[in-house]
Amino acid sequence: MNEAGYFLEHIGWIPLFPLASAALMLLLGRRLPKAAVSVACVGSVFVSFVYAAGAVLQLGARPAEERVFQKILFEWIPAIPYHGAAPGLSQFSADWGMLLDPLSSVMILVVTGVGFLIHVYSIGYMGHEGGYYRFFGYMNLFMFSMLTLVLGNNLLLLFVGWEGVGLCSYLLIGFFFLKKSASDAGKKAFVVNRVGDAGFLLGIFLASTVLGTIRFTDHGLEGAAKFSGMIDVLRSGAFHSGEAVLTAMAILFFIGATGKSAQIPLYTWLPDAMEGPTPVSALIHAATMVTAGVYMVTRMNALYQLAPEAMLTVAVIGGLTAFYAATMGLVQNDIKRVLAYSTISQLGYMFLALGVGAFTAGIFHLMTHAFFKALLFLGSGSVIHALSGEQDMRRMGGLWSKIPTTAWTFMAATLAIAGIPPLAGFFSKDEILWRTFAGGESGIYKVLYLVGLVTAGMTAFYMFRLVNLTFFGKSRVEHEVEHHIHESPSSMTVPLMILAFLSVVGGWIGLPHLSLFERWLEPVVAPVQAAAGAAEAGWSMVEAGMMLISVLVALGGIWLAYNIYLEREGLADQLAARWKGLYELVFHKYYMDEVYDSLFVNRTKDLATALGDFDRGVVDGLGVDGSATATRLTSRLSMWWDRWIVDGLVNLSGAIVRFASYPVRMVQTGLVQSYALVILFGVLLLLVVYLGWPAVSYVRTLLHSA
Amino acid sequence: MLTVVTFLPLAGGLLLLFVDEELKETIRRGAMAVAVFTFLVSLDLLAGFQSSPGEYHVYQFEEMRHWMSSPPISYHLGLDGLSLWLVLLTTFLTPFCVLCSWHGVDRRVKEFHVLLLALESAMIGVFVALDLFLFFLFFEAMLIPMFFLIGIWGHERRIYAAVKFVLYTMAGSILMLVAIVALYSQTGSFDFPVILQKLVSGRTTLTMPTERLLFLAFFAAFAIKVPLFPLHTWLPDAHVEAPTAGSVILAGVLLKIGTYGILRFCLPLFPRASVEYAPYIAGLAIIGIIYGALVAMVQPDYKKLVAYSSVSHLGFVVLGIFSLNAVAIQGAIYQMLNHGISTGGLFLAAGMLYDRRHTHVITEFGGLATPMPVFASLFLFVCLSSAGLPMLNGFIGEFLILNGAYLTNPWWATLAATGVILSAVYLLWSYQRLIYGPVTVEKNRELPDASGRERFSLAAICVMALVMGVASPLFTARTEATVTRILQSEMTRNTRYEAVQRPTGAAVPVSVPLVAAGAEGGKAGRP
Repeated sequence: MNEAGYFLEHIGWIPLFPLASAALMLLLGRRLPKAAVSVACVGSVFVSFVYAAGAVLQLGARPAEERVFQKILFEWIPAIPYHGAAPGLSQFSADWGMLLDPLSSVMILVVTGVGFLIHVYSIGYMGHEGGYYRFFGYMNLFMFSMLTLVLGNNLLLLFVGWEGVGLCSYLLIGFFFLKKSASDAGKKAFVVNRVGDAGFLLGIFLASTVLGTIRFTDHGLEGAAKFSGMIDVLRSGAFHSGEAVLTAMAILFFIGATGKSAQIPLYTWLPDAMEGPTPVSALIHAATMVTAGVYMVTRMNALYQLAPEAMLTVAVIGGLTAFYAATMGLVQNDIKRVLAYSTISQLGYMFLALGVGAFTAGIFHLMTHAFFKALLFLGSGSVIHALSGEQDMRRMGGLWSKIPTTAWTFMAATLAIAGIPPLAGFFSKDEILWRTFAGGESGIYKVLYLVGLVTAGMTAFYMFRLVNLTFFGKSRVEHEVEHHIHESPSSMTVPLMILAFLSVVGGWIGLPHLSLFERWLEPVVAPVQAAAGAAEAGWSMVEAGMMLISVLVALGGIWLAYNIYLEREGLADQLAARWKGLYELVFHKYYMDEVYDSLFVNRTKDLATALGDFDRGVVDGLGVDGSATATRLTSRLSMWWDRWIVDGLVNLSGAIVRFASYPVRMVQTGLVQSYALVILFGVLLLLVVYLGWPAVSYVRTLLHSA
Repeated sequence: MLTVVTFLPLAGGLLLLFVDEELKETIRRGAMAVAVFTFLVSLDLLAGFQSSPGEYHVYQFEEMRHWMSSPPISYHLGLDGLSLWLVLLTTFLTPFCVLCSWHGVDRRVKEFHVLLLALESAMIGVFVALDLFLFFLFFEAMLIPMFFLIGIWGHERRIYAAVKFVLYTMAGSILMLVAIVALYSQTGSFDFPVILQKLVSGRTTLTMPTERLLFLAFFAAFAIKVPLFPLHTWLPDAHVEAPTAGSVILAGVLLKIGTYGILRFCLPLFPRASVEYAPYIAGLAIIGIIYGALVAMVQPDYKKLVAYSSVSHLGFVVLGIFSLNAVAIQGAIYQMLNHGISTGGLFLAAGMLYDRRHTHVITEFGGLATPMPVFASLFLFVCLSSAGLPMLNGFIGEFLILNGAYLTNPWWATLAATGVILSAVYLLWSYQRLIYGPVTVEKNRELPDASGRERFSLAAICVMALVMGVASPLFTARTEATVTRILQSEMTRNTRYEAVQRPTGAAVPVSVPLVAAGAEGGKAGRP
């Protein structure tokens, strides 16, 4: 049993450490002292990191083709037979299982490593805030969800983590729940993500119907538990490239990714998410959660390789988002918002990479981005901390000498993201640009390359605008804040320094043609169909030239930022005034929030209100109360009918009898005298008849005879 | 055993009658003891229940007593996987109904608890009765205590709501009574297993028009109970006016009787009509899902909001049932239980707010996280379970239903999936308005946080939600046989009819998982 190694056997524990401390915090945290909270929460993430590192090392010790470890912990949704599945797969089931392969190795190291540093940082940053235990409880819950997401061995478990990180994001964005903007932003994030999730869910259904399983792969499983995973099915050659059903599936998954990874059209929640505490922005909205979409697409790369149209869509959306978000980053004044747009833009780069088939480059950029963007956010947090909560760059400036550690680490990250060699961002970004250029014959790849290149220039520009406004030039800090400026405590600066180190050297594992990183990921992203050998075209002058161009473009951006924001004061305002229309448009984020509000949000609200009235008025009013009224009316009518017609007929017959009997009744007076009178008259009559008549006839006879 | 579980609450209630009206606390404790004891006894059913009962033991704990000879009515009780969980749901929720009325009900305390326990008996009876006449008896018997619970202990418009509830339900159940009698005249029995056996074996055949009519008559009774759009409007009124315990029972158990009836009677007895009407009913269910969610979003009254969310959630259940495949029906059963737990929890929470402020209007609250932090966290948990967050119960039900619906018709799942988005909207939005932000109404500043009793109730609901979200095999293993049987009686007969229609032979073998003739072929799978 121990042949897999201790850490691999206990892979299920990696997410459990943070879960346990999260449960502890949320149940008992209120009563724990701050120190205990810090130790439990930061410690649990550290232990996770150790276990993750151990597992990755043990996996790495294996030969390349055996680097898949899978362990099923328990049956989560039991097998339910259903029709229409492939033979032998007439069961739908989902396990709670862990999958460690080169791809998830990268992810868990990034998540636990960067996550740990951010947790340490949070001790200092959140030290003065209320709800300390709540904050760390949510953060640990997030770590659990994120680790479940990247370690899950099937789509549904991935989805568990996917929703879990969404929940934690909701809770942490709305951490300062007294602020309406914060709870609004949390809700917006959750709901926009849900739109993507609906697409993702449909993708899962389609996958389980078409592929007959939702497990990723059966590698590393034995015995009864073994049945083909999706990737095995896709790689088996049962499907042809470009089948409509595969394209549909890939697009549905991508819809899910656009929600979580803030791509067009579902990106609007991320800038608002900056309402959350800064460590949250660093951990969730820069380094880890937002990259879940990139991870998921890479995980499903076998599917995307078979769906070229979907790939192109991913590339185009990614390229567009990268460009579009960068333009908005140019003009923001809130330090965190600049970084938020920058994150969206960098995520766009990653999707561009995936879309052109450079999955390794995408994950590479994911990793380096996690280093430098986490550092940028934490650095901005340190700035905000030093300035007693100020986030507006118009009230910063000249901070370089006042908070030196923050400043130089921030500078390192800035150079990294701007793509200056030999820092991390340079290698990953350059690889993406090169692979885009070489992506295919079609002219669209050249266009995408240009878009990427221009974006790289803008990136360098807005980052140096940020640095210039914050750290250089004259101080515009408000007077009473000025006195309190101080460097952050070492719990904050040490993580900054470690991340700075990683931002500098992190890219070296992906040096072109040394390609450690690429070879590590190779088994996961191997071409489904034997490629025509286009991708590996050796060192060429073209590639070298490309590198030179992108460096020049980055330097150009830096020079421009230097000129506008440091050298010539007031130039920025002049430019803004000159291009007022354009400036306003970009400054207001192209009015996209307003457009979405008026197109979707308000229409839904109107519809809901209308339906509410409809329900009250028509369904209940007309339908139910109406039928009640109708019943009452009918019963009134029946009563009328009953009284006047049914009963009336009865009465009528009575009346007829009464009428007919009237004369008779006249006689029957009940008076003995009148009866006696009648009898008397009768007797008299009889007398007259019996006596009178013979008398008359006798007289008549007498007269005759006479 | 079943008789004991069924009549235990009633017997306890009758004992309570002898307690002095003034000893309110004693009555409450007594009722609590009865409810808890019933729950414990019902756990024995779970312990003794066999997951794979074999072909000849379809119903377990069966009891059969001769009652009347002409017409032949018997006292026939039995339990299968479906009824097992619904009985447990009933006995699980009733103690919380007693708990949540501890302070809320202070008038006619004795009558209240006696009626509550009588109601519990009637509900359990509905789930275990296997004789159609007996079923009908319990079905109607439920109305009486519920009528009084709403009519006496309800809020302002209680009389209107109570009358509406009873009349609406009666309208449907009369149709069902006619259908029961008609079935008797066709088969000569009131005994459900006997009738089913006759129909399945082909000794009695119904003509298609008869089958349609009978299906519709049964279905009408249950659709009102569910309630299926557009027959739902009694529900918001009943919920808003009912006392907390009434709402919990109503949402938690009573609505399930509708879907239970459909699964128990409509599908197995009238398979052809079920298949024929499935698309229309699924359509109504989908409308209900979206419509209920949208209408819930704009309700100013929190209880009304939850009531409409029930319309939406039960729409999922009906959609699952009429997707007519194992995955979806498993999901539907699961969702029935989930809804009982989650919505029961939401109503408990609403009741706690009502006890404090005597209103359900959302704008009267706001910022409750400050005075009531513990309540806020537990309440959030319940909201999330209702919204179908993975790892909690709602997700598994919704997922299985949607997945099953997808197998039958991808468009159904696509449309219904919007309900997943909307449920997040109305639940989180209402949560935000109630809990987040600064305290807006001065009175709320001093509200006490959840008491021990309230914490216990909500926490138990949360634990249940978590258990059901993670350990679903525990539940589905026991319903699997039932689901298979429902579909088999469906399948066998549809297959036979097909065989009759095609005299050349080539009858489809039963073992082929031709789950429903209505299922759209499905996308053929590949290796």
